Amino acid sequence: MDLDTRLQNVAVVGAAGKMGSGIALLLALEQGYRALERPDQTFILNLIDMNDSGLQALVRYLRDQAAKDGERQINRLRSLFKDRADLVDNQDMVQEFVFEVLLRVRTGRTLDLARESLLVFEAAFETEEVKHAIYKDLAQRCRPEAFFLSNTSSIPLQALAEACAIQGRLIGYHFYNPPAVQKLVEVIQPRDCDPELARLAFELAGLLRKRTVPASDVAGFIGNGHFIRDGLYAIRQVERLSREHGFVPALYMVDRVSRDFLLRPMGIFQLLDYVGIDVFQLITGVMTRYLGEDLRSSLLERYLALGVKGGQGPGGVARPGFLDYRKGRPAAVFDPETKAYLDLDAPWARAAADLLGPLPEPALTWKGLQKDPEAGAKLAAWFRAIQGMDTLGAAMARDHLRASRETGLNLVRQGVAAGPEDVNEVLKLGFFHLYGPINDYAQGERP
Amino acid sequence: MKDMPRPVFLAAGGYTVSLGPGRREFNPRAARPGLDHYIKAAGQAVLAQISDPGLIDEGVIGNFMAARFNRQGHLGSLMTIVHPALEYKPALRVEGACASGGLALATGIKSVLSGLADVVLVMGVEVQNTVKSLYCADYLAGAGYYPGERKDGPAYFFPGVFSQRAGAYAAKVGPALARDAMAHWYRNAVENARLNPEAQEHHNTVPDLLAQGLTPPNPKNFTEHLNLFDCSKVSDGAAAILVASEEGFRRLGLGRRDVVEVVGMGQMAANLTAPPPDLTEMTTCKRAAAQARAMAGIGPQDPGVFEVHDCFTISGLLSVEALGLAEPGGGAERVLDGATARTGRFPMNTGGGLVGYGHPTGASGVRMAVDLWRQLTGRAGAYQVPLAREHGLMVSMGGNDKTVVSLVLRR
Repeated sequence: MDLDTRLQNVAVVGAAGKMGSGIALLLALEQGYRALERPDQTFILNLIDMNDSGLQALVRYLRDQAAKDGERQINRLRSLFKDRADLVDNQDMVQEFVFEVLLRVRTGRTLDLARESLLVFEAAFETEEVKHAIYKDLAQRCRPEAFFLSNTSSIPLQALAEACAIQGRLIGYHFYNPPAVQKLVEVIQPRDCDPELARLAFELAGLLRKRTVPASDVAGFIGNGHFIRDGLYAIRQVERLSREHGFVPALYMVDRVSRDFLLRPMGIFQLLDYVGIDVFQLITGVMTRYLGEDLRSSLLERYLALGVKGGQGPGGVARPGFLDYRKGRPAAVFDPETKAYLDLDAPWARAAADLLGPLPEPALTWKGLQKDPEAGAKLAAWFRAIQGMDTLGAAMARDHLRASRETGLNLVRQGVAAGPEDVNEVLKLGFFHLYGPINDYAQGERP
Repeated sequence: MKDMPRPVFLAAGGYTVSLGPGRREFNPRAARPGLDHYIKAAGQAVLAQISDPGLIDEGVIGNFMAARFNRQGHLGSLMTIVHPALEYKPALRVEGACASGGLALATGIKSVLSGLADVVLVMGVEVQNTVKSLYCADYLAGAGYYPGERKDGPAYFFPGVFSQRAGAYAAKVGPALARDAMAHWYRNAVENARLNPEAQEHHNTVPDLLAQGLTPPNPKNFTEHLNLFDCSKVSDGAAAILVASEEGFRRLGLGRRDVVEVVGMGQMAANLTAPPPDLTEMTTCKRAAAQARAMAGIGPQDPGVFEVHDCFTISGLLSVEALGLAEPGGGAERVLDGATARTGRFPMNTGGGLVGYGHPTGASGVRMAVDLWRQLTGRAGAYQVPLAREHGLMVSMGGNDKTVVSLVLRR
């Protein structure tokens, strides 16, 4: 059965969540345009979630985003609607397109909605218990030819397929957050994966204008294989620096170095908050179980026990975690001793920044370099300067670069990634880094 | 049209900031003032210059599409919010697409000529930033022939229409020359706007405007022959001026040095359903300007200052030719040799014009009259040009050269 046929009936399980919503949007738009191009075919998109209000919010999101996409693709719409005499204005056509997109959406709480679906995407909560329950249920309800694409970012797929009796029909299809924007899909073929499913998965990525990077079926894959270890490295650095500088300044310094010295889009603790401390901890649990490498963190457990877990509220508003945020920017650091957030606009934070020392000149920012055609040369000069600086910040940056590189190289050595370029590609596309972790920026002699 | 049966004057003009992308205070996500604000602000700018608002006999307001942009009709009644003295007097809204402001002037002039009024408050207003530019394009497409042109027309309708003219012009004079001249028009417009504190491009600090104007057009996302810098802006704004008889302006406490005389007027409409006879000529503009000059008894090169309807840079170039300041195909060279710059022999759009000041559609014709009045009476402040001759000429154009009002003013 070809991809065109399968795309006529699709389901997303866990559709109201952050990742599920984005995947639902991509599929809804693809179906919407297809429905206009192939009026003889029927397209159905089943969006399943336990959260009713979340599903309603999802339909609103689809409405708003479909309008924006129709506006961006107005020339395509004008061409598709050229024989519709009743649609003349841009506005008429965008509204009709939104209607076409929503027309094929069915929402509900029951997995039975996926009964006729030929492609079932799953973006449920990242625990094996939840995924097992879902796939065991789907295995009973769905047609034998249905394929399953899991958005898991850590759980090995062969074991999952075997536990749920869907061997061959399951593939890892890991989008990055937010799925509608991020270009990367990490594709994980379990040992028994039906080659037809693998072929469809890559073909679909092309349709959705995504770049694919294959990863081996090893817990955490490439993305979390790097991110989890990078986060744990940062926590260890905080614990080490705390002895001299105190916990809160240490955490602030590590976060700041990873953002401002390493020129990443977010500091490492801001990224941990963005992902959610609870989600991070779940992933460390999965990886620890499958890899025989102890990746658990008592610090994270302490935060979770205090109810501090980061993540995002309605509308993508950052919830407090390691840091608290004002207008999306870090504004305070949590002190687990006093259970209070300490404002960054205070003498302690300025003292911590002074301890790190200055940034290299000329000043660079992640944002400024994003579309800079000379970014490569500027980054090389930046890190050369950091190599030559005798400051605490530069030393921390060098250590972090080396640790990140080692983590990346290990993923290649262990066969999780086919080569260094795949690791770098995942970090650049999935995490918006300007450069991959496997680089020479902190290698060789210091000048 | 016959000669002016009675002297008519323009006085006490003023306009608002042209608000929209480019202005520092413009925030597309924040709430913004509506029609009421602009009508009041422009009207009160006039009232501040006269002795007694009670002396105004009538009101005329030009507006194109408030019914769609703001869901508001009945602007004749709305304009009485300027001052209680306007109540229970005649007031009406006139519409002729982007020449609505020009038509408001013509209507006010005719009221004074009829003898029924001595002082008419003429305004123009448009508040367009209520919708995204894609939908703005829908509304403005109403200036074309909707049943015949819209369905198969481009998404950005008028940019597409004038892109065709730019394409035809490029084929006639050579694409490099055409592009270069359009870029120069853009540079002149922004440089003038930088001197006009109310202009939408007043805050523009781009160092190399010419390079920006030379940006190759992007047919996939916009149009084949025009880039975004070739276009006038999406704008919110209003302009107002008084049309008065001699008796009228004297009663207001104004002297002859405060006013300019309307010595020529050309007003005409062309068939909306027919394509232009020649894409490289703005035929209606040419005829209307000739009519206005004939009534004034002057030649093409006599005016010392001009206001032309540069809704796009290409219409600026074609205006130079339509006004008889260059042979057909010679407008590009005229712009390149600096004749239309503020330091040139024929300074055009000295306060920025539509590309630089902005294009609140229904207000533009009135705004042109205000800028000419300012230049001819020495009130243009930082954008004042030295006047070599005593006449000024304006052309207010609606749609694709379909409704045109041209005025010749004398200081």
